[in-house]
Formats: sequence, structure tokens, C-alpha cells
Amino acid sequence: MNTILEAQHLNVWYGDFHALKNVDLKIQDQKITAFIGPSGCGKSTLLRCFNRMNDLVTTAKVDGNIIYKGTNINSKSIDPIKIRSQIGMVFQKPNPFPKSIFANIAFGLKVNGFKGNMEEAVEESLTKAALWDEVKDRLDKSALTLSGGQQQRLCIARALAVRPQLILMDEPASALDPIATLAVEELIRDLSSYITIVIVTHNMQQAARVSDETVFLMVDDQRSGYIVEHDNTKQIFTQPKDERTEAYITGRFS
Amino acid sequence: MPREEFDRGLQLLEDDLLNLSSMVEKSILRSIDALKNRDLKLAEEIIFQDNYIDEKTTQIEEKCIHLIATQQPIATDLRKIVVFLLISNELERIGDYAEGIAKISIAMGNEPPLKPLIDIPIMAEKTSSMLKNSIDSLVNRDIVTATSIMSADDEIDDLYKKVYKDLLRFMLEDSKTIQRATYLLWVAHDLERTADRATNIAERVIYLVTGKSDEYSESNSNNID
Repeated sequence: MNTILEAQHLNVWYGDFHALKNVDLKIQDQKITAFIGPSGCGKSTLLRCFNRMNDLVTTAKVDGNIIYKGTNINSKSIDPIKIRSQIGMVFQKPNPFPKSIFANIAFGLKVNGFKGNMEEAVEESLTKAALWDEVKDRLDKSALTLSGGQQQRLCIARALAVRPQLILMDEPASALDPIATLAVEELIRDLSSYITIVIVTHNMQQAARVSDETVFLMVDDQRSGYIVEHDNTKQIFTQPKDERTEAYITGRFS
Repeated sequence: MPREEFDRGLQLLEDDLLNLSSMVEKSILRSIDALKNRDLKLAEEIIFQDNYIDEKTTQIEEKCIHLIATQQPIATDLRKIVVFLLISNELERIGDYAEGIAKISIAMGNEPPLKPLIDIPIMAEKTSSMLKNSIDSLVNRDIVTATSIMSADDEIDDLYKKVYKDLLRFMLEDSKTIQRATYLLWVAHDLERTADRATNIAERVIYLVTGKSDEYSESNSNNID
């Protein structure tokens, strides 16, 4: 199995607060990796390290290496904008731009200097995000007229448009109803045939349904997050090796 | 503590299963008593009480399905429910063997005994002890006891072969004994199958505790119902 991204001895602080402690982790290429764990265990913090989103938090300090395809992207010499064009992100609440459906997809392409056929590129992204058939007759309508589930798939299409190799998803279905959630989950599974996905989820069943690998994080006495167990998802959900993982996934503590 | 209701549901399920196991254990022992003592009334009672065993099994199945549907169990919780479901099925079948032996008692009626029963009561005693140990291994989550049941099953197989040969000899020497000998052969077969199912229970216990089921899959590959 190929590693697309590797965190080496990663530590994150917000001011004096040590949010994430000594994380060593390999993300497998073209697999779906789920981060699970109780609130405050650093799942989202870890996810945000992977495309330097923590740069936007003034008090944040990220120590350690994040090796993406052989390059340490946690280096100040690397432009985070360039990283984000290869490592996209989808957030908890759908956040389409208050523009047309078409413009939402075209925006990232324009920013990245896309010179090809914009119509084709927009159609391709919307098709990949399983949204094309639902919106093809109203591409000029505001993205805000779409349902929550459609907006989230639009955000995924927007992330896909710049052809990233890795997409980070921070609870992408937590604001959606069960049907829209299943649609997003199916989309995630489809995408994994050619893209790597890391997903943070509070929904244990969702992690079990969609992911190939699962990483379980916890907080220590100082409330710092750390990895307890990382294994393939089948193993974690049938026979976790660590009793803390077992207690968490079976709902014995939250 | 979270999941109190679920834990209570699991405990009630296990209590039901233990209740079923004691009904079945009693039934198999009493079926041999009825055979030994030619007690037709007891035999009829065993046949009637098998309905309660079936009813209890159905209740356990329904509870398992309800817990799976409402609690989304995973890891140990899921193994527990699946194992309880499988064991309840094994117990129900053992109840059927007891009923079968009781029916043979009735079929034999007041015919004179072919010979004094020696090996069959020994088989019955050892089989019920295997059943009891398999349930004890479940209660105590004890894989050492569970593993020992596998070798006890070999003893039952040997006894069954001995009974088979003895009865065959009777039949070859005197064709008038064929019907009575066949009845006893069925009884021995029911006991042999009971031991196999006790072994299955022990295997499920090992799976429950270790999460591994590949280690014992061969042991039952030669069983024929």
C-alpha cells in the first residue's frame, strides 16, 4: 500500500494549550481514512494540519513533519495556497458562494489559471459529485436555492474541480438529513476509486460504512489529543485491540 | 454510565439463554430416565414441554433482533448477540433430540428390553455433562473449559461407535431384534448429536471471547445430521 501523506511526530499548540500530542500517522493513497474520537480529541485539528488550515489561527503552532508525496508541507517555504489546490477541504456546513451553481465550480478553476473548456470542466465536476442530473437545467441559478444535501455535494464538486489528490472532510454529513447523508456517503465511496479521502466524523456507523481505515483519538489528563489505535476499519469495529477503543465505539464513554 | 438500557437488555438476554439451557439440560436427562424406567407418562411430558423450549427460543431470537435493530451493536456487543442467537438455536435442537428420545420411548411401549442399558446411560451422562460445561464456559467466558469440551466429544464418538457395533451384532444374530435395536441406535445417535451441539456451543464461546472463529472450523466438518 502506498502512503500519500505522513504525519511525523506532529504536535499542535493553541497558545499554551497542547492540543495534539506526538501524532505519527500514515494515510494510504486512494483509501478512505476516518478519524473518530470524543469531542475535543483533536480530530479536526489534525485534519486541518494536512492542508495548513491552522495557519489561519494566529495562536496555533504546528511542530513536526507532514510529508505529502515526499515533501514536508509543514514548512514555511511551502505556499499553503498551492497545498490547498492539491489537498481540498469540505466542511461540516455546506458553504457555497452566494453565486450561481456554475460560478461556484468555475471559481476555483479561474483562481488556478484554468485555460481549458470551462463548461466541460464544470459538467465533469458536477457529474463526479453525482449532482449533474439534478442541476444541469439551472446552472445559472443561485447555489443557495439548492437543498442542504445538494449544497454539500456542490461543495464537493467545487473541491473536485481543481483535481485534488486528497480531500479532507470535516463532518461532511452532520448537518444533513439521513437520505442526503447516504447520498454523500455513496459519493465518498465512489470518489475513493481515484482520490484519497480523510473524513472526521462523530457518527460511528458512518465511519464503519464508508471508511477503509479508522483512526481513534482520545484526550489525556491535560486534554491533549493523541492516537490510541489505527487499523483497518473492519478490525476496529469488530475486534479493536485497545479496550479504550472498544469502550468508545460501543458507546461506553463519550 | 451511557448505554445502561442496552446493558440491561444484554443481561436479560443472557439470563433468558441460561434459563433455556437449564430447560434443555433437564429435558435430555429426563428423556433417558423415561427410556430406562419405561416411563411413558414422563416421555409424554417431555414431548409436551418441548413447546416451551421452542417458545423460549423464539423469544430469544426476537430479543436479539430487537437489540440489533435498535442499538446498532458493534464489536463485543455484536458478537455477544450473534453468539446468543446461535447458541439458542443449538439448544433448541438439543431439545428436539430429547423429544426424539421421548418419542422412541413411546414407540417402544411395553416391548421387552433388548438388553440392559449400560452404554447409553453413560453416553447420556457424559453428554449432559458436556452441555453443562459448555454453558458454564459461556457464563464464565472460560475458553479453557470450552476447549476441553472438544476432546470430550471424541469420547462420545467412540461410545457411539461401540453402541453401534453392539447393536449391529444383535441384529445380525437375531433379525427379530432389528426394530428394538434400531430404536436404541436412534437414541444413541440423538445423544451423539447432542454432544456435537454442545461442542458447537463451546466453539461459539471461544468466538465470543477471542473474536476468532477460524481455529475450530474443522472440528465439526464431519457431522451429519
